[in-house]
Amino acid sequence: MKDFWRRYRRNKGAVVGLAVLLLVMLMAATAPLLFPGSPWDMASAPFMPPGEMGMLLGTDSLGRDVAAGIAHGARISLLVGAVSTAAALLVGVSLGAVAGYLGGFADDAVMRFTEFFQTIPSFVLAILLVAIFTPSIGSVVFAIAVVSWPPVARVVRAEFLSLRGREFVQAAEVLGKSRISIVLTDILPNALSPIVVLSSLMVATAILLESALSFLGLGDPNLMTWGFLIGSGRSVIRLAWWMSVFPGIAIFLTVLSLNLVGEGLSDALNPRLARQRSGAA
Amino acid sequence: MEVSKLLGFLLRRGVKAAIVVLAIVVCNFLLVHAAPGDPASVIAGQSGAADAVFLEQLRKQFGLDQPLHVQLWIYVKSVLSLDLGFSHRQQQPVSLLVLERLPATLLLTGAAFAFAVTSGVTLGALAAQRVGTWADSVITVVALTFYATPLFWVGLMLVLVFSVWLEWLPSFGMSSVGADLHGIAVIWDVAQHLLLPALTLGLFYLAVYARLTRATMLEVADQDFVKTARAKGVPEGRILRAHILRNALLPVITFAGIQAGQLLGGSILVETVFAWPGIGRLAFEALLARDYPVLLGVFFCTSVMVVLFNLVTDLLYAIIDPRVEVAG
Repeated sequence: MKDFWRRYRRNKGAVVGLAVLLLVMLMAATAPLLFPGSPWDMASAPFMPPGEMGMLLGTDSLGRDVAAGIAHGARISLLVGAVSTAAALLVGVSLGAVAGYLGGFADDAVMRFTEFFQTIPSFVLAILLVAIFTPSIGSVVFAIAVVSWPPVARVVRAEFLSLRGREFVQAAEVLGKSRISIVLTDILPNALSPIVVLSSLMVATAILLESALSFLGLGDPNLMTWGFLIGSGRSVIRLAWWMSVFPGIAIFLTVLSLNLVGEGLSDALNPRLARQRSGAA
Repeated sequence: MEVSKLLGFLLRRGVKAAIVVLAIVVCNFLLVHAAPGDPASVIAGQSGAADAVFLEQLRKQFGLDQPLHVQLWIYVKSVLSLDLGFSHRQQQPVSLLVLERLPATLLLTGAAFAFAVTSGVTLGALAAQRVGTWADSVITVVALTFYATPLFWVGLMLVLVFSVWLEWLPSFGMSSVGADLHGIAVIWDVAQHLLLPALTLGLFYLAVYARLTRATMLEVADQDFVKTARAKGVPEGRILRAHILRNALLPVITFAGIQAGQLLGGSILVETVFAWPGIGRLAFEALLARDYPVLLGVFFCTSVMVVLFNLVTDLLYAIIDPRVEVAG
């Protein structure tokens, strides 16, 4: 663990990313304390520029506090990012494990299925799914999970393919361990590091997807989200630039920090690869 | 021999593409049936705009009184004869609506793609050449930045800076309203309107291509044939262009095929921000009106475009790299 942290720390960007991410998490956790009451409530006069009347980031067309919206929106963004990634991991890891461990026909079938999902325009499918199942936080999470599992399946399959022929797996087979327990206790733990790296990037993509969906008006109508804030600022951008600028910066910082953390994890978990990279760079 | 091999390759890829298209039609059908409630009323929308005649028409199109597999067969047949249903809101067939909007989207995505590939590959090549210098770091940071910025937000910021503050460029639509323009003036007008949306859509992919080109160029530069070229005294510039860049371009082409779907998805956001009259804007309008036949039509159409584009990149790949087994 100490070793892990030492290697992670060597990537400066990843350390900054982690710090920013922790700040965003802190903001999400303390939103009800920082901005008590609903972010939908009127807090001041409409269209107040930032800094006026005690509104740090200004108010929107209905006098709602933009800063309160951003703080409360952080909760939704992080929640949707985490839950939809967990769901996508469940699907992707299961399918990838089946394909990689069993091989043959199962592998073929799963890979064709995965390829199909990678071919169709995923954002259009996500829009369609949310629209048909009516916008709610459940349908948003579902739609994001449906379009983000294929890369997991591919990575896990590749890992399982290379691991299943190794000696320790053969030994477990000779010992008469069941397939399920070999997959779960012998192969999966050894395939974890690429899954961990991938999932930090998936949370970032999921947050971008969620913001795009709610920008188009497909967010949960009862929840304040960053995408909704930008979407409602779009038509009045000539009047109130702050309504769309600040929530966008929040998305950018969160997504960037997650990407940086992903790179740091990758360096820390694959020391050999990291050395190669810094050697080349 | 060569030609017949290529034709066989095309045929196999064509069959594969046809299967994917068929799967998309089935996917559409399942989506309509997976929705809660009567599929006809789902398609018609929940806001009560649908009358009994329209519902009846939908039931007939899907054959809702018949067993599921018969319904599927009816639906597949109608889609394959390019009948994508009828938009009750717009009182027009969906296929007509989509076709009308297609050229604008093709112009936008084409321009964005061309911009992203040319500047992305150039920047990536520059970064790879100057590995470890400040120029490399700048390019890497720029790529990371665009990678993490929401597309629609970039669009809004460009509008804010170039249309609202500087008043240099139009922020809305595809041509000036009410202007009576002819000949070259029309092209100039459209080009001005195109610049911001294409830039917005292209910037993200520019980042992707820059990172990809940098990584593959560094990889290729290490290989033996480059060392050989250098050893026999080929000028450095020629090594870069003819030996390294040419080989590094192959993954870029593969990636362009993979990205086609995302480019079209991104155009929904960009067309919404800039009111660009393409199928993305059509999808957004359909979304607001809960006009499901149009949404399903857009999904089908964009999917088919991706499949076609992948066919082209496969072919391109086989032509550029003779080592690729056309038997694959």
